[in-house]
Amino acid sequence: MSTTSEYKLTHKAYYDGLKKSKLLGLKCNDCSTITCPPKMTCQECTGTNLEVTELGGKGKIVTFTTSNVAPLGREVEAPYTIVLVELDEGAWIMGNLIDIDPAKVGMELIGRKVKLGFKVFPGDLYSAGEGVRPLFSFAD
Amino acid sequence: MRRVAIIGGGHTDFVFNSPKSGMELLAEASMDAITKSNLKPKDIQAIYCGNVLGDFSEGQGMIQSYLADDIGCFNVPASRFEGACASATMAIRDAFMWVASGYYDIVLACGTEKATAMGTPLATRTFAMFSDGRYEYPSGISFPGIFAMLTHLYANRHNIPLKKLKEMLALVSVQSHSYGVKNPHAQFKKEITVEQVLRGFMVSTPLQLLDCCPFSDGAAALVLASEDVAKKLTDKPVYFAGVGQASSGKLSAQYKYLPRLRAREVAVKQSYDMAGLGPKDIDVCELHDCFSIASLIAAESLGFADFGKSGELWEKGETRIGGKIPINISGGLKSKGHPIGATGASQTYDIVRQLRGELVDEGRQVEGAKVGMVDTLGGDGVIVNLILKAD
Repeated sequence: MSTTSEYKLTHKAYYDGLKKSKLLGLKCNDCSTITCPPKMTCQECTGTNLEVTELGGKGKIVTFTTSNVAPLGREVEAPYTIVLVELDEGAWIMGNLIDIDPAKVGMELIGRKVKLGFKVFPGDLYSAGEGVRPLFSFAD
Repeated sequence: MRRVAIIGGGHTDFVFNSPKSGMELLAEASMDAITKSNLKPKDIQAIYCGNVLGDFSEGQGMIQSYLADDIGCFNVPASRFEGACASATMAIRDAFMWVASGYYDIVLACGTEKATAMGTPLATRTFAMFSDGRYEYPSGISFPGIFAMLTHLYANRHNIPLKKLKEMLALVSVQSHSYGVKNPHAQFKKEITVEQVLRGFMVSTPLQLLDCCPFSDGAAALVLASEDVAKKLTDKPVYFAGVGQASSGKLSAQYKYLPRLRAREVAVKQSYDMAGLGPKDIDVCELHDCFSIASLIAAESLGFADFGKSGELWEKGETRIGGKIPINISGGLKSKGHPIGATGASQTYDIVRQLRGELVDEGRQVEGAKVGMVDTLGGDGVIVNLILKAD
């Protein structure tokens, strides 16, 4: 360790968790807020008295879009649906939604309960390696 | 702090596939700004330059240094600013600070972009770099995607049926094109209809092609000077009354405020407080309409309408010349074009011309405009606001 300040939960550890379908977050021991995806500090009180905690991986869709235009190298993925999910623990995270025809999504998606899976983005020239994203499916 | 004025500006045409390099565009706008300020390049003491993706579009980094040399401002300190689409406004705010502090008397603030050289797939990839690369890009998020999600959230939070919201949003694009027709620098000089907007290719639900600004090439530049210098060089100085800037975290980390962008509320308060002014004092505004929904979100945070109500401004024509708060009389990013590193300088250039009363011949002068607002958004959360005032 070269610095005194160190991430309690690095992106690598977060990705490794997702690959086992485990959603890891940070619980603040001072204000109880859950920070997810991870940051250096608590997203509410900015404290660093944080501990890694496994979240339930359940939540509800707060917003969504089906994208018909994909960035370079990801054209074959389109169309795909992106969602922001409010976790039961309060934090929001971004992921993709499966179990639905991307062409048929509408406002009725908002509020739908979802549960977590994962999918690996193998990475491209600019991503310094792979990424892992939540892949949500309906839980209601 | 000293009073600081903008004394001259330059602006290239905004186009698709410019035959000129990002440097040529930047140098032409910059030389225009210097010449129109009755100055020579040797008078410029420092350069503040917005440029976002030159590295990707032309393999050119550090363009600010080569600009200094190209236009004959030999060896002056030149700094590049990167705040995605807000880069040039960041550059202008810093340029203002350095002159206000007394360190410099005359500086150049400018910006350039040659985004169309990348083609749509690479441009979409690089623009997506202005979202969180580790935790959000893996989902395939793009810039239209972010604002598309904010559109659904806006409809949900404000209980506006999506169909009704879409019609209001179409009016934003229609208005922008109606003024772009009159702006000689605009990329699109043609009127569009609500029906055309609602018939367009679906980019990212619910945003269609004409809800989105284009990729563009272009540059703009401004010369800033201290009050005493400005008074010697021009009889129409436009002064900085207030400035503000704020940052944000990744989109999901903004969960307590969305679809509002908290950074805008922080930045604009700084600028209003510094100017001792409020929303009612603004005579004309250029705001960041990268997508139609972005105009509604911006207008509310700037204080021009209650949250959830700004669509009515466009419906009632209050955003047109003669309305309560004329917005994007340049044609906005939508119709004028959006060369991202230049956009803030372009918005500022247009407000300066409004406050100088120079747009009568183009048929888009807001009569008697004395106070103008610039609002620029970078990525999902860098915001810069400027309030400018004619003497």
